[in-house]
Amino acid sequence: MLGVRLLSKRALRPYSTHPPNARLNLPIDYAATPLLAHAPKTCLSNPELPHHVRDGKTSRLNLFQAVNAALRHALGSDERVLVFGEDVAFGGVFRCSMGLANDFGTERVFNTPLSEQGIVGFAIGAALEGMKPVAEIQFADYVYPAFDQLVNEAAKVRYRAGSTDMHAGGLVVRMPMGGVGHGALYHSQSPESLFTHVPGLRVVIPRSPIQAKGLLLSAIASPDPVIFMEPKILYRAAVEQVPNEAYTLPLSKAEILKEGKDVTIISYGTPLYNCFSAIEAAEKDFGVSVELIDLRTVYPWDRPAILESVKKTGRAIVVHESMINAGVGAEVAATIQEGAFLRLEAPVQRVAGWSTHMGLAYEKFNIPDVVRIYDTIRKVIEY
Amino acid sequence: MFPRCRVLASRRSSLPLRSQIITERPRPRVPVYNASTRWTSGGVPQKLGSDRVHFPGAVNSKFTTTLSFDQPESRPAMPTYRILDQDGEVVDKERGPPSVPDEEVLKWYTNMLTVSIMDLIMFEAQRQGRLSFYMVSAGEEGIAVGSAAALHPDDVIFAQYREAGVFAQRGFTLDDFMAQLFANRHDPGLGRNMPVHYGSAALHIHTISSPLATQIPHAAGAAYALKQQDLHRPSADAAGGAGESAARRVVACYFGEGAASEGDFHAALNIAATRGCPVVFVCRNNGFAISTPTLEQYRGDGIASRGLGYGIETVRVDGNDVFAVHEATLAARAKALENGGRPILLEAMSYRVSHHSTSDDSFAYRARVEVEDWKRRDNPITRLRKWLEARGLWDEERETDARARIRKDVLAAFARAEKEKRPPVRNLWEGVYAEVTEEAEAQIAEMKRLLEKYEAEYDLSEYEGGIAGLDRKKE
Repeated sequence: MLGVRLLSKRALRPYSTHPPNARLNLPIDYAATPLLAHAPKTCLSNPELPHHVRDGKTSRLNLFQAVNAALRHALGSDERVLVFGEDVAFGGVFRCSMGLANDFGTERVFNTPLSEQGIVGFAIGAALEGMKPVAEIQFADYVYPAFDQLVNEAAKVRYRAGSTDMHAGGLVVRMPMGGVGHGALYHSQSPESLFTHVPGLRVVIPRSPIQAKGLLLSAIASPDPVIFMEPKILYRAAVEQVPNEAYTLPLSKAEILKEGKDVTIISYGTPLYNCFSAIEAAEKDFGVSVELIDLRTVYPWDRPAILESVKKTGRAIVVHESMINAGVGAEVAATIQEGAFLRLEAPVQRVAGWSTHMGLAYEKFNIPDVVRIYDTIRKVIEY
Repeated sequence: MFPRCRVLASRRSSLPLRSQIITERPRPRVPVYNASTRWTSGGVPQKLGSDRVHFPGAVNSKFTTTLSFDQPESRPAMPTYRILDQDGEVVDKERGPPSVPDEEVLKWYTNMLTVSIMDLIMFEAQRQGRLSFYMVSAGEEGIAVGSAAALHPDDVIFAQYREAGVFAQRGFTLDDFMAQLFANRHDPGLGRNMPVHYGSAALHIHTISSPLATQIPHAAGAAYALKQQDLHRPSADAAGGAGESAARRVVACYFGEGAASEGDFHAALNIAATRGCPVVFVCRNNGFAISTPTLEQYRGDGIASRGLGYGIETVRVDGNDVFAVHEATLAARAKALENGGRPILLEAMSYRVSHHSTSDDSFAYRARVEVEDWKRRDNPITRLRKWLEARGLWDEERETDARARIRKDVLAAFARAEKEKRPPVRNLWEGVYAEVTEEAEAQIAEMKRLLEKYEAEYDLSEYEGGIAGLDRKKE
């Protein structure tokens, strides 16, 4: 009996538990976090939503369902929209395209051969002839074969075509990104900063189902090519009330999630949830007031909103999951230093992935967890 | 390309709640779409005692008990289609002369001559430092003009960079060529691209970009777009041929044999075949990619032999025979529109008589005598001239007159273009996005400050509007 118990205890590695005395690094309670709209009223009070949407109904959706709802609306309202990629036709390996091939036909929702450069090149060509292709790269980790097409072609085509006005606007490249607990080297990457160094591309990362739907519809409507990165850990975890109607949310506009006066935290995507937990603890423990801002679009990003906030608080922390060196945080920190130097009361801090790869067994040490954010808030307050 | 580990299904994570673990549903055995008839037997299991394969990956392969590897060299090289021989005479006397109106053939000849004379003058202009860069298409004028002449004016074209004849045949004027070459204020590319990177919305030719082969998957995607759009245009008709504006459209895509080694070639032909895209891929096989001869480029039977592997109907033609190129392209275009649309591959054989570009001295890697041989022995322009002369449509006097007139026209366009100002400086930032970003506006303001403060350090005189050329265009 004892032997069996020991064995089963060993076999069940406690992946989903936390250290018994942990106070900060607790699992995110997505069912309670105020970053998600748990009631229809919360959802519909969003001032960014147009009036007719705010008067409408909502449904409880997770992030992949919100992506699906956006694609469904786009396909249904504009015959130029095409949805394709690897394994998209049966619904996608993350369920984002469920039912779309059935409802809109296999000429508009289809599988492609397994070739990322082909998928993106094909999408650019379709966009050049006036379609609105929404291409899927199965994991952001596999976007690199399409790098040439994205950097040299999609991003530059409007510029080089000049007054002919031939361009690849309408092109959206969706890709699941970020850590998922056990994705290791090739199912965890966050390559957004590689694209923020490319003029001509818009890079968007939603944090929630409401955002996923609104920002994806904006991306499809955008006259510029958009890289749309979906934090895959949130596909099922983040559930909230999402308007049933179609709506767009502005690109290149940050959202203040929580107002504060002592410290500004700037982040996007999944780490926002850890930021919120860290802020709750820090405000209680240190009596500070922290402002939390979601960038939403990481390029071209909302520089005025960030500078305005930091000029008010005097302290800034940038949080992201991808590697710290030359990450989005480097650009944000440098801009703050340039634009708010005299208001700064502490050096701008970056809490980000370490300068390494996502080794399978070590993910929890590599993501910006609550402890690291909490400790950094303390650091800037005590500086 | 990569193993798609289904790790998300099998492992439990520490951070996410249980509810978010992604579970994989087993993949359906029968593919959910049947864009291709090949899949109709995809669900049929291997039959007991069958003499052929019923595996999903190859549905009609006979079993054999003889272990035998297919030898590439045991198959004869694909034949090269020609109509005229090197003396400009129709080889197959039974087929009769090509049925192209005389005035159209004369137009082809003039366009080939124009490109060839413009090439000589612009190459020299680059040597004199009046132009930053140039690439001639000597020896390949027939491929460009012959194929472009077979397309409908509404067909969409993607080019590599050695297809000036395509532009000429479509209606690009000498002033259009010169505006781009000199990056002046009339350049549709707004002075942003290197010379010979032409483009035209009116002529449905996408702007040329330097990265090789990137345009090949674009052509597949664009062809898919045309197919979808024409499906919704009830007036669209498969007839094709010049002049009918409501005809269904194809895409033509040009590239060299060197570019065909890029991954984008593979990606494009494969996706074009699986999605049934009406696109004619035209490979210019001129024997060299800069200094690399084809023996170091591939070991198969050229590019044409690969088309079959992708399930693409393929033809190889004599690129120095403008009639053969024209007829093959015409047939390829019609085939591309058959059965709901599909790609066709055309490999046009020729020889790059010129240097690769003005930055290249090809005698560093090939003998001068070999090039001279090709120039003398065979050339698309002289071959067509012989045919025209034999028909009494051309002679020495007309040749001399035409050459003098074209030369004069090129030089006049050259002089006009060289005098024109460059586009306003603001075009450095414009066009990156549909709207100029807040970040870019800040950089424009900073550039303006520098230009004003260090006035002597910058020459703005050749830019339209001078420093005011940084200001936002008035609506």
